[in-house]
Amino acid sequence: MSVGGFLGQLFAIALALVLAPLLTGWVNQCRAWLQNRSAPPLLQPYYMLHKLFRKDVVLARNASPLFRFAPFAVFGCMLLACAIIPSLSTDLPLAPAADTLALVGVFGLARIFISLAAMDVGTAFGSLGGRREMLVGFLAEPALLMVIFTLALISQSTSVATIVETLAHREIVIYPSLAFAGIAFTFVSLAENARVPVDNPATHLELTMIHEAMILEYSGRHLALIEWAASLKLYAYSCLGLALFFPWGIAERDNFLAMIAAAPLLLIKLGIGGCLLAAIETVNAKMRIFRAPEFLGTAFLLAVLGLLVRLLLEVRA
Amino acid sequence: MNAGVPLSAQLINLFAAVILLLAFAMLAQRRVMPLINLFGLQGLVLAGSTLVVAVTTHQAHLYWSAGLTLLLKAMLLPWILHRLVRKLYVKWDVESLVNVPATMLIGIVLVIVAFNVAQPISLLSHTISRGTLGIALATVMLAFLMMITRTKAIPQVVGFLAMENGLFLAATSATYGMPMVVELGIALDVLVGVIILGVFFFQIRDQFDSLDISHMEHLKDG
Repeated sequence: MSVGGFLGQLFAIALALVLAPLLTGWVNQCRAWLQNRSAPPLLQPYYMLHKLFRKDVVLARNASPLFRFAPFAVFGCMLLACAIIPSLSTDLPLAPAADTLALVGVFGLARIFISLAAMDVGTAFGSLGGRREMLVGFLAEPALLMVIFTLALISQSTSVATIVETLAHREIVIYPSLAFAGIAFTFVSLAENARVPVDNPATHLELTMIHEAMILEYSGRHLALIEWAASLKLYAYSCLGLALFFPWGIAERDNFLAMIAAAPLLLIKLGIGGCLLAAIETVNAKMRIFRAPEFLGTAFLLAVLGLLVRLLLEVRA
Repeated sequence: MNAGVPLSAQLINLFAAVILLLAFAMLAQRRVMPLINLFGLQGLVLAGSTLVVAVTTHQAHLYWSAGLTLLLKAMLLPWILHRLVRKLYVKWDVESLVNVPATMLIGIVLVIVAFNVAQPISLLSHTISRGTLGIALATVMLAFLMMITRTKAIPQVVGFLAMENGLFLAATSATYGMPMVVELGIALDVLVGVIILGVFFFQIRDQFDSLDISHMEHLKDG
């Protein structure tokens, strides 16, 4: 492990921690502009976190240790995900810890913890939210895996760093399979991050909320950690999407300077991605919860089509 | 990796993939008007793909069939269908499909079957677009599936026409298209078929007050 790689890893983690709430704030701001509302300040998520970390924790009388442990587990999972995904450089000492399949598992672990914690206190909303989260999760996971298989077929590896390096070095070739995989990945990201067609991050309406229903019982620093983890998840998915489908500009091994140069590029890419997310959320209406399987089924279909098209058209040709 | 594959082959593959995607979109579409628009779009993509094959291989008759496809399948047929839908007042018809995700899964199985069946056949062919034979077969089968799962008359006709799209793609990809006479004959057939079916629509509606084909299962003699 080189010193440069170690520094790069630390830098990537620190950047993730700092940028994640900013990305959430940026998306909220874009969304407000597009919907003709006056936007909250860009730094609003930081103010939120600051406020929540100072507040006392209120726990339900029958809350088990799991309930207190879950926010830390979820936060840890998301931080690990952000550390593995090559946002600035592919030279990450932590990258061998988990390939893309394990990465899906890390997201799954976080989902299980937050759903269990939601059911732990025993309120109606908590278990309702937890069950819906599992429904969305179990439909989104196969689609995400199929997307990853398509990319793994192209680059002959399931390691994120290798996939990104292969894709960044390819010649300009039209891959229909990559286009399919990209659309499927967008669908999955929308569902996994509780964005509009599946869930509304701003709602507290009983009948429709998924993510918010699960964290109703949390307060104080626990809530702060969960909110931060949600931002980190959005950041992780954005970085994963950017790394897989727009990998240009990510630094190679043993190149610390290129990594510094990659940071502004990442900011620009994330800024554009945030705008697009806000646009998607504005033009789409939230769908009924029972339409979610159809939505994610479409994502699965697209991912499988990408895989098949890859096998049929691109391997032999 | 497919480095070194000429751009035209990449474009043909891309067009074929889009045609497959549109076939699935048609399978999932509940409303009549967007369905016809999707069909028109499929015709447009098909014309584009044929044009690329024509430009690459310098086959004069493929230019004609690309133009014919554009005129007939991307413009004339959608226009006729649009007019029919307006005249029949079925613009807002929403079909209750059998479980879209299940249909999609069946569709995926069909695509896998089609790809496997077409693979040995396409190895025999030496055309630039031979890889798309599997997609052409899949499009035909998806159109079949659409005709089976639909109950209303117009989506069934659209399915029939989409099947013809698939056959056309198969002909282009396997042998650079059929002889001009055959192609003209098929084009005329399809056109006349749609016009006759249009007349049938009015008859069906006069008889049953709806375009639901399932009513016809209860027909009796005398």
